[in-house]
Amino acid sequence: MTRLVILPILIPLLAGTLCLLCWGRLRLQRQISLVSAGVILIVALFLLERVRAGGILVSMMGNWPPPFGIALVADLLSTIMVVLSATMGLTVLVYAFGNVGRERERWGFYPLYHFLLMGINGSFLTGDLFNLFVFFEVMLIASYVLLALGGEPGQLQESFKYLVMNLLASTIFLASVGIVYGVAGTLNMADLAQKLAQTERSGLVTALSMLFLFVFGVKAAIFPLFFWLPDSYPEPPTAVTAIFGGLLTKVGVYAIMRAFTLLFIQDVAFTHTLILILSAFTIIVGVLGAIVQNHFKRILTYHIISQVGYMVLGIGLYTPLALAGAIFYIIHHIIVKTSLFLISGITERVTGTNQVREMGGLLNPYPLVTTLFLLAALSLAGMPPLSGFFAKLALIVASMREGHYVYVAVALLGSFLTLLSMTKIYLYVFWGADSPKRERPARYGDLLPPAAFLVLLTVTLGLYGEPVLRLAQEAAEQLLFPQGYIEAVFAAVEGAKR
Amino acid sequence: MELLLTLAIGTLFGAGTYLILRRSLLKVVIGFSLVSHGTNLLLLTVGKLKRGAVPILVDAFPGPYADPLPQALILTAIVISFAVTAFMLALVYRTYQTLGTDDLDRMRRPPE
Repeated sequence: MTRLVILPILIPLLAGTLCLLCWGRLRLQRQISLVSAGVILIVALFLLERVRAGGILVSMMGNWPPPFGIALVADLLSTIMVVLSATMGLTVLVYAFGNVGRERERWGFYPLYHFLLMGINGSFLTGDLFNLFVFFEVMLIASYVLLALGGEPGQLQESFKYLVMNLLASTIFLASVGIVYGVAGTLNMADLAQKLAQTERSGLVTALSMLFLFVFGVKAAIFPLFFWLPDSYPEPPTAVTAIFGGLLTKVGVYAIMRAFTLLFIQDVAFTHTLILILSAFTIIVGVLGAIVQNHFKRILTYHIISQVGYMVLGIGLYTPLALAGAIFYIIHHIIVKTSLFLISGITERVTGTNQVREMGGLLNPYPLVTTLFLLAALSLAGMPPLSGFFAKLALIVASMREGHYVYVAVALLGSFLTLLSMTKIYLYVFWGADSPKRERPARYGDLLPPAAFLVLLTVTLGLYGEPVLRLAQEAAEQLLFPQGYIEAVFAAVEGAKR
Repeated sequence: MELLLTLAIGTLFGAGTYLILRRSLLKVVIGFSLVSHGTNLLLLTVGKLKRGAVPILVDAFPGPYADPLPQALILTAIVISFAVTAFMLALVYRTYQTLGTDDLDRMRRPPE
């Protein structure tokens, strides 16, 4: 039963390989992709059901006992993330059929897409620090190629920056993994949690935690390390931007969350306070960046930064409610952000531009698109009864209980400024006079269903906020009780022998 | 021996960082390969340098044996950095062909 944990990694690997084998046959590649994405979603939902009912699932690769074997660990947080990545994987795939274009499909879009999903799922499920590095690399190498695929001048230029920044972070990640091994003599996360808790060299461990914060911070795009993101993300086709914007930075957030609830909890007063301060800057700087932009997708990418700040705020507060809020925020954000990118792809096709000032008057000819955008935008800004409201409410209540009123103010200000910049998009794109440049009514029926599905999901998430928040709370309790994680990993092999 | 390796790692990291900060695309790529060599040496050094037998325990305990894990890590890291360097070189070449320059400062954003 526990072997199921490997399926979210194995299926994309298989699908990617099959797509490579059917290189010239695009229809077959599409069918393989669709089947694979659907099966992953079913497996992920099944896993969530199992983990919720029966506790943490651990699978030791090759049945080597921990700490020697590589563990795959599915606790609630990991499974929630896998369910999200599977949902986005399927939705964006359907969108990509109409969006990426023949040329990119022919040059290996589908295999790369599956390898990207494999890396993402692997990062969520692994219980080994070096294995995390490997899955990060799988994900990043796929993303480098996806970003550059098509070879337009803007893409090439931004790909290089993205590559350099992420490669630098990866190199430091590898060096930090080496130092951790030198300090603790193990790389299994559960074993590491025990060893680091007992170590006498706490200063060294805190210094190491800062190295990891840097590494994961680059991937998550938190405050001083976000500058590579807004330039590179808007360049590739919308489907690629959507999957990057929805999932990639959240892998970094997940890694921060895992590292700073399981491994580095020796000096919470220092590390988590630093995370709190960084989160406040991230929220404000990101949203201020969004306000001055006039490019639809660039506004949205700056919002990713600001939103990552909210999730990191929850990690920094380090209380059950705050962590639950952060997890709920991740769920909400992945859905809403992806849906907004998908909508920006529709307006791009309809108007032929991404500059909001050159659009205008889309409300009358495209009422459905307008409604979808309005719902998603209000949810992003945190209007009740949409999902963003509950995410922010949980975080704000959590920081009030801790007496951190500054962060309450920052969160509210960030939310207000988000609304402001969403209003700007709405004013320029959907209201106003018809832009003179637009002459032909474009077809967009193939792009609409995925976007509509995600918007529907955020509305549902808002209306049924309570059960989802309860799920997030259960996940947060698991995170705050690392002993359960450690015991589950060490009990794994005896369980398999029985 | 540790001191010597530490100096070598420091030199590789220093030279690599200098090259990464250059404007020429190709120098950045070379800088990265230096830094990744430095990281591999670092992995080797933290695994404690000592003479020991092969870590395959067949029958009796053979005395001191080497720690196999850092070497496994280095092997994986070498494979990854090989693939990334190959991709980087391809990307640099294509960038040079398309944009007509290998100077990072001259690559301005194309008008939107």
